[in-house]
Amino acid sequence: MTKINLNGKPTTLKMDPNTPLLWAIREEAGLTGTKFGCGASLCGACTVHVNGEAVRSCTTFVADVDGADVTTIEGIKGDDGTLHAVQQAWIKHQVPQCGYCQSGQIMSAAALLKETPNPTDEQIETFMAGNICRCGMYQRIKDAIKTAARGA
Amino acid sequence: MANLSRAEKKAAKKDRRAGESRARKWTRRGFIGAGAVAGLAAGGALVVGVAIRPGDRTDELAKLAAADGESLLTTWVKVAQDNTVTAIIPHGEMGQGIHTALSAMLAEEMEADWEAMEVMEAPAEKDFANFELAREFLTGNMNIPNILFDTVNGTMLAAAKGMNMQITGGSTSVRFTGVGAMLTAGAAARELLIKAAAKDWDVAEAELRAEKSFIYHDISGKSAPFAAFAETAATMKPNIRPKLKKRSEYKLIGQSLPRIDIPAKVDGTAMFGIDAQVPGMKYATLMQAPVHGQSVAKLDKSDAKNMPGVIGIYNMGGYVGVVAEGYWQAKQALNMCEVTWTEDVTATVSQDSIFTQYAAALDNGKRKVMHKAGNVAKAGGASTHEAEYKVPYLAHACMEPMNATAWVRDGKCDLWAGTQNPLGTREEVAGHLGMESENLTLHTFFMGGGFGRRASNDFSIQAADLSKKSGHPVKLIWSREETTQQDQYRPSVLARLKASVDEDGMPVSWESTFVHKLDPPEASDIFYNIPNKSIGFVESPTHVRLGPWRSVDHTQHGFFTESFIDELAANAGADPYDYRRKLLAGKPRHLKVLDTAAKMADWGKPLAAGQARGIAIVESFMTIVAEVVTVDITGDAPRVTHVACAADAGLAVNPDGFKAQMESGILYGLTAALHGDISIADGSVEQSNFHDYPIMRMDESPQIDVAIISSDARIGGAGEPGTPPISPALSNALFAATGQRLRELPVAKADFGGAS
Repeated sequence: MTKINLNGKPTTLKMDPNTPLLWAIREEAGLTGTKFGCGASLCGACTVHVNGEAVRSCTTFVADVDGADVTTIEGIKGDDGTLHAVQQAWIKHQVPQCGYCQSGQIMSAAALLKETPNPTDEQIETFMAGNICRCGMYQRIKDAIKTAARGA
Repeated sequence: MANLSRAEKKAAKKDRRAGESRARKWTRRGFIGAGAVAGLAAGGALVVGVAIRPGDRTDELAKLAAADGESLLTTWVKVAQDNTVTAIIPHGEMGQGIHTALSAMLAEEMEADWEAMEVMEAPAEKDFANFELAREFLTGNMNIPNILFDTVNGTMLAAAKGMNMQITGGSTSVRFTGVGAMLTAGAAARELLIKAAAKDWDVAEAELRAEKSFIYHDISGKSAPFAAFAETAATMKPNIRPKLKKRSEYKLIGQSLPRIDIPAKVDGTAMFGIDAQVPGMKYATLMQAPVHGQSVAKLDKSDAKNMPGVIGIYNMGGYVGVVAEGYWQAKQALNMCEVTWTEDVTATVSQDSIFTQYAAALDNGKRKVMHKAGNVAKAGGASTHEAEYKVPYLAHACMEPMNATAWVRDGKCDLWAGTQNPLGTREEVAGHLGMESENLTLHTFFMGGGFGRRASNDFSIQAADLSKKSGHPVKLIWSREETTQQDQYRPSVLARLKASVDEDGMPVSWESTFVHKLDPPEASDIFYNIPNKSIGFVESPTHVRLGPWRSVDHTQHGFFTESFIDELAANAGADPYDYRRKLLAGKPRHLKVLDTAAKMADWGKPLAAGQARGIAIVESFMTIVAEVVTVDITGDAPRVTHVACAADAGLAVNPDGFKAQMESGILYGLTAALHGDISIADGSVEQSNFHDYPIMRMDESPQIDVAIISSDARIGGAGEPGTPPISPALSNALFAATGQRLRELPVAKADFGGAS
């Protein structure tokens, strides 16, 4: 049994602690917004926040997050349902195409802006290089991050 | 939904609105038990335009797509009692924005209120077969005399049903379904509603107008919502050739409407195939024969069968499948299985042996001519130039690994999957299970990338087999490694090109012969004014599985043709842009596209040392695209810093969506040009995940500028035409920068080694 704070709610995970967090989030907690892409920390589709930091949940084990705050794409809205500034910017710039990588992109972008509220182009590129978008929407992602930074 | 309880109705409504998006996914559950739908006359010609042939019954369709209180006016649109107009879209959404573009086309002609419009993906039923697509294929896009139109449509509907056409691919959705069906259906629906209102109010039709889902009689000041007339309209005979607007009258088409699928894609609520939830569902994963076509010779599951959560480990012939309580448990157990595979001569095949085989076929094989003009043997010319080009296999690398969920029981099957070919999936999986397709219900989902890969049904068949074998509803998820190694690849291709040129270096003949042809046939043709040409191919099959990849054969032929033209320009000592212009005399659309891209990139203006530009132009899927790449070779590896793209698709239905498609197509092609390389060793694919099949990342991606050119041409495709020009534009830029001609992709294999 692993106790975590999942999107602000105390949650007990029964899954074997040696299971990657991704599968506990998707299959046990039933939150499917976090995606499986590569299983090897290569694509970033599974990015969530653990204690506020962006991590790849496909290679972070349940045991590693015991007692931690875990936030997924479903949990970054405001308490009143207002979309996070990054989500709003994503809509404004019409970022997603197929949309599959976007939960991970948004979670990475939100973590970046928390750490670096006004990132330079280079800082954005370096931080976001871990997230693959096969539809190639990098230009829009970069523009949206800048919009979110200005609004923040 | 007369037979449903209040709670069930509420649940169905909630279900339909899942994701807080207007892009509702088809859920059969909401409609099962729907009784006769009011307002629809049996046997009447309730459907309009080219949406379906006159005389076809829509009452059967209504049962599938309309709930109680909704009137199905055509197969593509329905009007609910609350005046919501729903566009029924026969194509899957994989990020191309098709639900938005097609519903905007319908709304435009229908005068429906865009803000209050909903979208539903058409169920995988034969009556929604996309026969616009079939007609284009079967008639070779000929102009059909008006008098034959109905006959052709009737025939085509039958053909489309027979061919199970409901395909999203080939950049066809807007080109064929949109132009052929959505506009006509919308206009016909508007005419029907006006006719019904005229009857009800006892006024002349000419005195009525439609606007934002209301009918107005300005003389009396009367107005009423569409819904007030929907039932009556549904009993009337539609005009199959309604009056369509001129492009200059469009209000929605040509606007950058926000995509309706996007809100659900930023808050995690968008449902992809991998997100399907079925009560009692188990999870499965698999390992397929690394050498395509082989099967399990021996399976030792002794170390795996007692692992936690394991339900069953099965020898499925071509693969080993594990069903468990969770994906991770299934994967861990699979890792512990000892599998020996059958082996034959294909186990010795390598990438080199494949190209050697191709070369022998080009030397000795039977050449089939595809495109011919004049006589290349008698073309004359001052000199000839020849070159050999080759490109590797490419994987689709969809971000969402292949997956499907199936539940086979009691002679029926439910299947949950993202697919580019719903009707084909239904037919093929049902056929595989030995049941009538009526017994298979397909629940479609968003696709986490398709690019051609999700036109196949291999993963859906496997999910159904594993469900049948284990007796559970099963969600099958392929690992990334399986997704990479068991793809259906863009072919590796070897091509030989030859041209004769006159004293000025201008070509008088063009010959090309290549190994591996898929589609479309025009991909290998040239549009330059060259009087003599002979273009053909030779067959040389291998055991490696092939499939359509974004832009299909255009991607390799764009590279061959546009690089070779660049060689001819260089040999002639000409500027490659000017040289192309000369060969495009009398082709104003091509010229305008080429000129626009050149201008955007400041063609001819000096660049810093170590930088250079390259240009290419390709017409594919009726859209002409020119791209100018600026490359920088001062770093460790060549870096593309800028891409200027000009495109003429006749008309861009959603300009921002069109731009996004160009940006996407460019990076898809650039990823392939720089890095894409699936290679074969010992008969199997060598690459496995994103470390050895790298995808372009943000820190490598260039600035892209897109210019849309509107012409009076028919609407062309958007999803694919951005891809073909990018690899030749890059190779031509590298030639300009280094003097080294790239005749093989990817760039990563060539030694450009930086500035030193």
